[in-house]
Amino acid sequence: MRSHTYEAVDVVAGYDSRIVLDHVSLQIPSNRISVIIGANGCGKSTLLKTLARLIKPVSGEILLDGRPIRTIPPKQLARVVGLLPQSPIVPEGITVADLVGRGRYPHQSLLGIWSRKDYEVVAEAMEIMNITDLANRHVDELSGGQRQRVWNAMALAQQTDILFLDEPTTFLDITYQIEILDLLTDLNRKYGTTIVMVLHDINLSARYADYMFALREGRLVAEGKPSEVITSGLIKDVFGLDCTIIRDPVSNSPSVVPIGRHHAGGIPMTDSGLRGNASPERAEYAPSASPASGA
Amino acid sequence: MNTTAVEIIRKGRARRRRRWMAVTLVLAVLALALCAAMLLLGNTIYPVRVVAAVLMGEEIKGASFAINTVRLPRMLAGLFAGFAFGVSGYVFQTILRNPLANPNVIGITAGSSAAAVFCIIVLQTSKAVTSAASVVAGLLTVLVIYGLARGKTFSVGRLVLVGIGIQAMCNSIITYLMMIGKEHNLPAAVRWLTGSLNGVKMEELSVLMAACLILMPFVCLLGRQLQLLELGEQAASALGVRTDFARVFLMASSVVLAAIATAVTGPIAAVAFLAGPIAVRLAGTGASNIIPAGLVGAVLVLAADLAGQFAFQVKFPAGIITAILGAPYLLYLLVKMNRKGAF
Repeated sequence: MRSHTYEAVDVVAGYDSRIVLDHVSLQIPSNRISVIIGANGCGKSTLLKTLARLIKPVSGEILLDGRPIRTIPPKQLARVVGLLPQSPIVPEGITVADLVGRGRYPHQSLLGIWSRKDYEVVAEAMEIMNITDLANRHVDELSGGQRQRVWNAMALAQQTDILFLDEPTTFLDITYQIEILDLLTDLNRKYGTTIVMVLHDINLSARYADYMFALREGRLVAEGKPSEVITSGLIKDVFGLDCTIIRDPVSNSPSVVPIGRHHAGGIPMTDSGLRGNASPERAEYAPSASPASGA
Repeated sequence: MNTTAVEIIRKGRARRRRRWMAVTLVLAVLALALCAAMLLLGNTIYPVRVVAAVLMGEEIKGASFAINTVRLPRMLAGLFAGFAFGVSGYVFQTILRNPLANPNVIGITAGSSAAAVFCIIVLQTSKAVTSAASVVAGLLTVLVIYGLARGKTFSVGRLVLVGIGIQAMCNSIITYLMMIGKEHNLPAAVRWLTGSLNGVKMEELSVLMAACLILMPFVCLLGRQLQLLELGEQAASALGVRTDFARVFLMASSVVLAAIATAVTGPIAAVAFLAGPIAVRLAGTGASNIIPAGLVGAVLVLAADLAGQFAFQVKFPAGIITAILGAPYLLYLLVKMNRKGAF
């Protein structure tokens, strides 16, 4: 797999008149797994879509190897940059092999006749995602986890050096989340595919990412290795959440333990003594102001 | 290790393609057989040899008139209009991802009909002007509906609902015009209500045939992009499809085909609506179903016309027969969509 430089330069983007990304500049580390994190509505999905050319920036430029992607013909770009959207649609009655085969479109000619290589690539993508047995099944009768693997296989069949994924684990049980993330890591380790994804789960992000980008209100507020980015200060800043950071005992990556209002008494902490002992009802109905008058 | 997987995929694909080919071939043969029946059957049943001779240009008394001026235009109108309805319905349903989205519901046919009836009853224009007006009105109706349904983001549901509203409005105009119309104009106007192949003249067909023959190769060529658009806007553009271009071109072609076909035959009910789902059910997903849908449309119109002419003691226009087929399917679809919570 080739290495590429892929960067956003001073990108402003949004929908209609609403600006979601506010002058974002970043460079995606080649052949690594990057994860974009941030609170709901911070623009992380917009950033991913803008990077993957689904949204045209209002100003600024996305550069692939120094060339603006808007100047690259779509099919040619689709051979280098792939995207798995958050909720692609399963056409009625389509089989697994045919859906995975759709990923070959940018490599095929006008008439779309399958070459020997098309078959081999599709077979390999299905093997990597462990869905060879499902090849001739209908996608609409599969479970959520199987379906997600089919979509991943389609993205794989596209054979791009850079792959964007918009929340590839949403709606999946924890077992399948781990399975998908493991498979994507295999892909990165085996072929050096550059992976950029949006994930909701910060702890899984910290575990699987080589590099992280943190967004707040459309601005890039931090980037770097998980151990550098995931701090209680940054989590407070980005998510507005009080938390403690511990070491993930399995992966040794940083792991966020949220505090919340009801459980802070568990561990003695510097400033939580008062709040920690308040009864839940009191805390809920009479927050910080004049606790005596409420009851 | 890979060879077995490749074999499994190859076999499955070959099987689906064979099914698609077989179904398409059978549909084509069926359409041709119905075309032949259209030429052979009528008040007088001519033997094949006579029909062939007439088509080759031989002058045979009685037969030449019946075949060349009555049966051949009727057959060609059924074939091409049916094909056009089928293709446009399938493209609409696929792009808008809604089985209810078709030229009838979107209001093209109602707009065309209202304009045509207005021309016939109020302006008393010639047939050519009426046809032209109905095509233009059909296209304008689409623009109006699209403009009203646009809002901040595009929504298929809103498009369908606005379409139904516009359709009701056009139908009320038609009803009003029929009430005030002079009696001798009514027969010509009635065909715009039901759709029929009665009295189609050869010279009316040239535009429809030309439109089909010119547009179809491009529409078929975009069939693969249509298959990718089925995955959703984002997935399609991530695969390198110029989604805006493909969508606009396919929609525009379908609108033109439907409007021109309506100008020739009137709104033959439910053909655009039925053809796609029937074609998909029969041919599977082995390849793009644009052509099978067109063939199903042609078969439906031709069969409905034959049934209307010969199956009952009274002659019915083709549109009545297709409406009888379409209504139960519409109900079935509404119930099914309701269960799925699509509304």
